[in-house]
Amino acid sequence: MPNGKSILVDTSLCTACRGCQVACKQWNNLPGTKTKQIGTYQNPQDFSAFTWKLVRFAEGKNGNGKPYWYFFSDMCRHCMEPPCAETIQGFVKGGVIRDEATGAVVYTEKTKTVPFEKVRSSCPYDIPRQNPKTKVMAKCTMCIERIKNNMIPACAKSCPTGAVVFGDRSQILAKAEKRVAELKKSYPEAMAINAEDVRVIYIVTDDPQKYWKHAAA
Amino acid sequence: MTNHWIDLQHSDVVLIQGSNAAENHPISFKWLMKAKERGAKIIHVDPRFTRTSARADFHTSLRSGTDIAFLGGMIKYILENEKYFKDYVVNYTNASFIVDERFDFKDGLFSGYDPTTRKYDKSTWAYKKDANGIPEKDFTLQNPRCVFQLLKKHYSRYDLEKVSSITGTPVGDLKTVYEMYSSTGVKDKAGTVMYALGQTQHTTAVQNIRTLCMIQLLLGNIGICGGGVNAMRGEPNVQGSTDFAILSSYIPGYLPAPQASLKTLDEYLKRITPKSADPRSANWQQNYPKYMVSLLKAWYGDKATKENDFGYSWVPKLDDGQDCTILNMIDNMYEKKIKGLIVIAQNPTVSLPNADKVREAMTHLDWFVHVNIFDNETASFWKGPGLDPKKIKTEVFLLPAAASVEKQGSQANSGRWVQWKYEAAKAPGDAIYTGDIVIRMVTKLKELYKKEGGATPEPILNLKWDYADEKGRFDPLKVARTVNGYFLEDITIGDKTYKKGECVPSFTLLQADGKTSSGCWINSGSFAQDGTNLMARRKKDDPTGLGLYPQWSWAWPVNRRIIYNRASVDLSGKPYNPKRPLLAWVDGKWVGDVPDGPWPPMEDTKNGKYPFIMKPDGVSSLFGPGLGDGPFPEHYEPLEGPMAKNLLSSQMNSPIIKIFTKECDKYARCDPRFPFVMTTYSSTEHWCTGAITRWQSWLTEAQPQVYVEISEELAQIQGIKNGEKVKVESARGSLTCVAMVTTRFRPFKCGDQIIHQVGMTYNYGWLFPRDCGDTANLLTPTVGEGNTGTPEYKAFMVNVKKV
Repeated sequence: MPNGKSILVDTSLCTACRGCQVACKQWNNLPGTKTKQIGTYQNPQDFSAFTWKLVRFAEGKNGNGKPYWYFFSDMCRHCMEPPCAETIQGFVKGGVIRDEATGAVVYTEKTKTVPFEKVRSSCPYDIPRQNPKTKVMAKCTMCIERIKNNMIPACAKSCPTGAVVFGDRSQILAKAEKRVAELKKSYPEAMAINAEDVRVIYIVTDDPQKYWKHAAA
Repeated sequence: MTNHWIDLQHSDVVLIQGSNAAENHPISFKWLMKAKERGAKIIHVDPRFTRTSARADFHTSLRSGTDIAFLGGMIKYILENEKYFKDYVVNYTNASFIVDERFDFKDGLFSGYDPTTRKYDKSTWAYKKDANGIPEKDFTLQNPRCVFQLLKKHYSRYDLEKVSSITGTPVGDLKTVYEMYSSTGVKDKAGTVMYALGQTQHTTAVQNIRTLCMIQLLLGNIGICGGGVNAMRGEPNVQGSTDFAILSSYIPGYLPAPQASLKTLDEYLKRITPKSADPRSANWQQNYPKYMVSLLKAWYGDKATKENDFGYSWVPKLDDGQDCTILNMIDNMYEKKIKGLIVIAQNPTVSLPNADKVREAMTHLDWFVHVNIFDNETASFWKGPGLDPKKIKTEVFLLPAAASVEKQGSQANSGRWVQWKYEAAKAPGDAIYTGDIVIRMVTKLKELYKKEGGATPEPILNLKWDYADEKGRFDPLKVARTVNGYFLEDITIGDKTYKKGECVPSFTLLQADGKTSSGCWINSGSFAQDGTNLMARRKKDDPTGLGLYPQWSWAWPVNRRIIYNRASVDLSGKPYNPKRPLLAWVDGKWVGDVPDGPWPPMEDTKNGKYPFIMKPDGVSSLFGPGLGDGPFPEHYEPLEGPMAKNLLSSQMNSPIIKIFTKECDKYARCDPRFPFVMTTYSSTEHWCTGAITRWQSWLTEAQPQVYVEISEELAQIQGIKNGEKVKVESARGSLTCVAMVTTRFRPFKCGDQIIHQVGMTYNYGWLFPRDCGDTANLLTPTVGEGNTGTPEYKAFMVNVKKV
């Protein structure tokens, strides 16, 4: 596989406007689901067959008593060696497409024959979900049909601050490295999460666990 | 904005106060993040830790309604630590002006206050003038009666401990903000101020913003790249609608609205045209007669002649002292003095304060016309909560309108860039342009007046009304050209001749003799002389490298991208900041942005002019005698507040505050029934009242229902758990909603007093979705700012209880 594509999610630039969350639904024709206010800005509460991109909100207090509020625009990492693909392929051939040019990991309808919990538990980032009716599994496709038509993924397109950026993997890796070095001056904990293993790379300025329990593998 | 969105990237320190820019103006953060990459620091001052705070370098909170105390403390800090930009202060502000001996300030009140009328006689708020009528000055700034010394004296009372006791901001945090921000009071640093409704929706709103302006002037931050006082405009065309006189005290181009006692054009022009005896002051407003006559020519065409005062008598006038601001209009409706109402693209039963009062007032109407893209709580008020439609006599008409993206026309953004846009889609069904609705209504009115006559038919019959195309439809280009203005005769100005029918390429060419027209003088120049629509330009050339993009759309005035830009250079015309030279005097001409006037630099004592051309004295005002509540901003408590007294004086509230006294307007100060401060706001996911966004399932999915944000400390006191249903009550109304218990609100320590603050959005209404709740405006008070009548949405008192 060539170097392929990558997405950089720089949480230090994210304002949690949720443009990406909505743009994902718009492009992929996913419905707005019925939600309730339960005491958080985060909604829907979690991924589903109808929500493949979700901004997670995490708040707390710093050592100095001042609040922090971390935003984590969560999505499939499109792993370099995706364990979910291995699991699915073990049950059915053609359940997953791993696109040569981009490295995108895309589920097909055949996933409906695969035991869902096995797939979900094989993902270190807790991404796969299942359509309760059709049993087909669903997650982010990297907007592969947009990429094939020379467009960038919907989430990157919608981002006003450049927190979600799409590009060639080599360029994204270089950008991530440079950005982390810059951020480390103010935030010693700054890091790019699992950059070697995933195509969707998150930059955080604090312990990834404070953002989301499945932020890092 | 004095500056524009892209310019935010040039700032070194950004002070966001009274704005949740990241949530309500997301695109601003594109440029702020670029500034940050350059090393800029962002400060956010807000009662609540928001998505803006999350991206700021430093956030601190203040109790709602205490901005003047907070910022007054900053003025004191800047003056006493000599952080101000001395050259700028001496040359470009009125710091050196000597003030009238009779001017005084005592215990919260300036000289001239009459408690019975609750108004000031402003005659003592004046400058001492020399024999030529020019203000006396002391450029050493030492004279105890000069503005600088009076300013210093006024804010000497705003010490850190006092400010902290009022605002609830820890002293250490105050110091941090003051130090960070005042670091921009040097030649090569720029500080910008971003504000929004968090400043404008207070009983002290105008003075809040003036305090921000004064800080910017002391630091030399106005007129420069990366600086300015920047109002974030929330809707695509708020700037445009303001330019076109959406406010009742103006007619287009910010000309004052005529009053009944000004019976002739001459009397009106005399009243609105300021004079300056100083030959070095451009006093641009001396041109107002040209703009007014050109406006009358645009309105009445050939019917407007010199003999009939260009139709001035046909212009509707305010009675002297008449208040047509929104709270008073609703009060009049409530009293059944207003019989009919047309509402275009608003949802006042959700957006206006004291919503129960507004909703009742609606039932008092005989007829009501609503123009909107969707049904909303106002259009359907007659079937609202607690109302029996059978008992409502109001006849309601709902006219479907095209949405903004379905219309061609101009749109002015916060940075005054007027951009021409096209229809992205055809409006569905029977929906038409609002312009078409207005054209049809006025055309019908003209027919009726012609047929039936009436008390005063002239204002309608004499209206030039040629805005339709050959098929009778609203023609946005015709309207825009009328706004720009035409030469109405062949005319020679200087060595150039302009032909009848050509577009006026700049307001500097407008005439007071009826030979030109212009529907809004500030937009004159949006078309070239040959009729080219400059608003439609899309060229990305950037000759200064500062992101001014002079050939992208068109900016008022005269395509100037940063106003007051001659204040960015020293007296010889050299840029103060050579790294970001907005303007420079090179070989006898200005290079860079379009300068604020063609005159040479100030060191040319014969031809040079002061840089603040819209002020009669040519300099900016640290002492501002024009407002109704004082020449220096002073801290007053909100009408409803938690404090038993104002810690700075015995004057509790703004002395000119606009109060309503009906039973439904009741308020409660320091009342144990309503112990918590509340503020209201909007979220990213919904737009204003949610009238558009609540029909959008991806947005209601993200923010489904009304909530109140409360601190963990308050939740514990009230026994409330996160996500539980609570009742929020004020003296005027109540609603139930979901409690969002958060670390992002924290109690304030104001002296010995612990004060809790909570907050809610006004994004919801009863109509749709059915389970989303209702507006926070059921709680807000009917009280207005004294100069403008803007309602107080940001500081009032409530209780929050478990249901």
